[in-house]
Amino acid sequence: MEYLIRFAQAHESFRQAEIQALADLAGVKLEFIHYDKNSPFCTIRLPDEAAARAVITRSIIAKDIFELWGQGTNFDEVYADVRRRTEDRWAQYRDSSFRFTIDSFAGKRSSEKKREIIQSFSFLGFKGPIRMKNPDQDFWVFEDYGLDLNSPGTPRPEGQEPKIIYFGRWIANSSRDVVNKYDLKKRRYISTTSMDAELTLITANMAHAAPGKLFYDPFVGTGSFLVAMSHFGAETFGSDIDGRSFRGKEMMERGGTMGVLSNFQQYDMVGKFMDVFTSDLTNTPLRSAQFLDGIICDPPYGIREGLRVLGRREGLRNEEVIIDGVPAHYRPGYIAPKKPYGFEAMLNDILNFAVRSLVTNGRLAMWMPTANDEEVELAVPMHPNLEVVNVSVQPFYTWSRRLITYRRLPEGQVSDVSKGRQKLDAQGMYADELNEFRRKYFMKNPPDSSKSGRESSAS
Amino acid sequence: MKLITVNFLTCAVKGCKTAAASYPLHFRDAELELQELEFQPEFILNIIPRIDWEALRVMANELGFPKIPDTKPEGDALKDEQLLKELHRLLLETQVVEGRLCCGNCGHEYMIKEGIANFLLPSHLGLIFLSVKLVLDFADPAQSKYTKV
Repeated sequence: MEYLIRFAQAHESFRQAEIQALADLAGVKLEFIHYDKNSPFCTIRLPDEAAARAVITRSIIAKDIFELWGQGTNFDEVYADVRRRTEDRWAQYRDSSFRFTIDSFAGKRSSEKKREIIQSFSFLGFKGPIRMKNPDQDFWVFEDYGLDLNSPGTPRPEGQEPKIIYFGRWIANSSRDVVNKYDLKKRRYISTTSMDAELTLITANMAHAAPGKLFYDPFVGTGSFLVAMSHFGAETFGSDIDGRSFRGKEMMERGGTMGVLSNFQQYDMVGKFMDVFTSDLTNTPLRSAQFLDGIICDPPYGIREGLRVLGRREGLRNEEVIIDGVPAHYRPGYIAPKKPYGFEAMLNDILNFAVRSLVTNGRLAMWMPTANDEEVELAVPMHPNLEVVNVSVQPFYTWSRRLITYRRLPEGQVSDVSKGRQKLDAQGMYADELNEFRRKYFMKNPPDSSKSGRESSAS
Repeated sequence: MKLITVNFLTCAVKGCKTAAASYPLHFRDAELELQELEFQPEFILNIIPRIDWEALRVMANELGFPKIPDTKPEGDALKDEQLLKELHRLLLETQVVEGRLCCGNCGHEYMIKEGIANFLLPSHLGLIFLSVKLVLDFADPAQSKYTKV
């Protein structure tokens, strides 16, 4: 059967990826028939209506899915296609209550013209009552006028004809409305680095978060990924090298609830929150065993903060320190020393950790920066035991980041890593030497030192 | 810190990872709290095969819990809802709010405060090489003079 998905016009490079991930999760075979990055409409092939529901119900980027009854470049083609595909089924819907809606993309119709179009489908012979609220059957006419790339914000003037028209029967809505539920503006505990609700939920879909599964975030921060994964039913835990990030001010200053936990309370899913603890990925206390269904992370890129890992720079003292007969590290308020850490070394550590810890077919969904400029392009990190399932890019004005989704291959299977990169740079000393991305970012976007400099010299 | 988490944890010191004595970590002065949570049979069934059963038995015993089955439940035993509920309670509803987790190999102790454990290592433990002096000092956790701090 052919179905029509109506997408939101957002995060374009994640749209097909998310739908494919959900089809894989539901275990159904999906084929994209027509996809256009500038159009919200996409046609796909799925085995049946149940599969269509299963795929769309969790989607964040799609709005809804329809059984495709017909399509064409003009209405006569659509009528003929509808007749060809569904004539034998019209009787089935003859007495159902129903509704017709017209949705025009990048174009518009007068209400008079809309009525005319709806009337033109009377050949279907539906005799049931028309019901605008909760009809038994919900029919939609979609018109795509083609996005005007010179001014994408404005619809084409009235009187033009659509480039393609679809007619479909509504099957199911997506989960797009939960984006609003998890809006950061309404969340109790966030910070400047919390990732927005829409992208965290999409990431959870890419990684197949689901009831009964165990998911981990090694850079948990304020726990925005934990919330998204647990929304889809996964039991979640996380860790961070900086315990203040998940504790939050409320807990540290007033003995209140831990920040990450307060979010789980807000969304009434405390039972899905397993733990957070303070640790560092290079010296992780997690056992070397395949026990995780998924790992989601947005590692620090080192732009806002240089990367740090436990240890001291070479040449500095490295003995046990004893104060008043007590080892310093057992005294209250002890802060473990940290040294600069290479971005590349960190990515390798994450992949190695994922290989050790993921169950077979478990997924790693990792965000990392890339850039629009070819010169700044960083290769996708690879590992022979991980298959790169998908790479989606989110462009910003001066840089971009991407979400890379990996699958842990069964033992005995290996992926082709020849396109990847095998650079180890743990030997560097300072953030800029270690971090190619940070260096290039600041070369392109020099920190604005002119202002403060001029003012201080004038005074 | 929930008991299920502890089952997946070992000593963060790299040199301890291969030593049998480093796992499971041992609780010291553990203060426990029970928080009732919604029963998730699906999760328990999924996670049981990944639990190190012997380590769980050692821990339950050290914390003074009633005996759990000698062997990991499999097959028909997993249809016993009462057993799954008890495991849910032990693994997910029981938390250590204060105390320490101690490595049986190097003797290092990880603090648990307000339910949050800290596994960051002091710099002399963060490296792969452990000085001999240190290993001797920490060899027997029972004798460790630092536990009273």
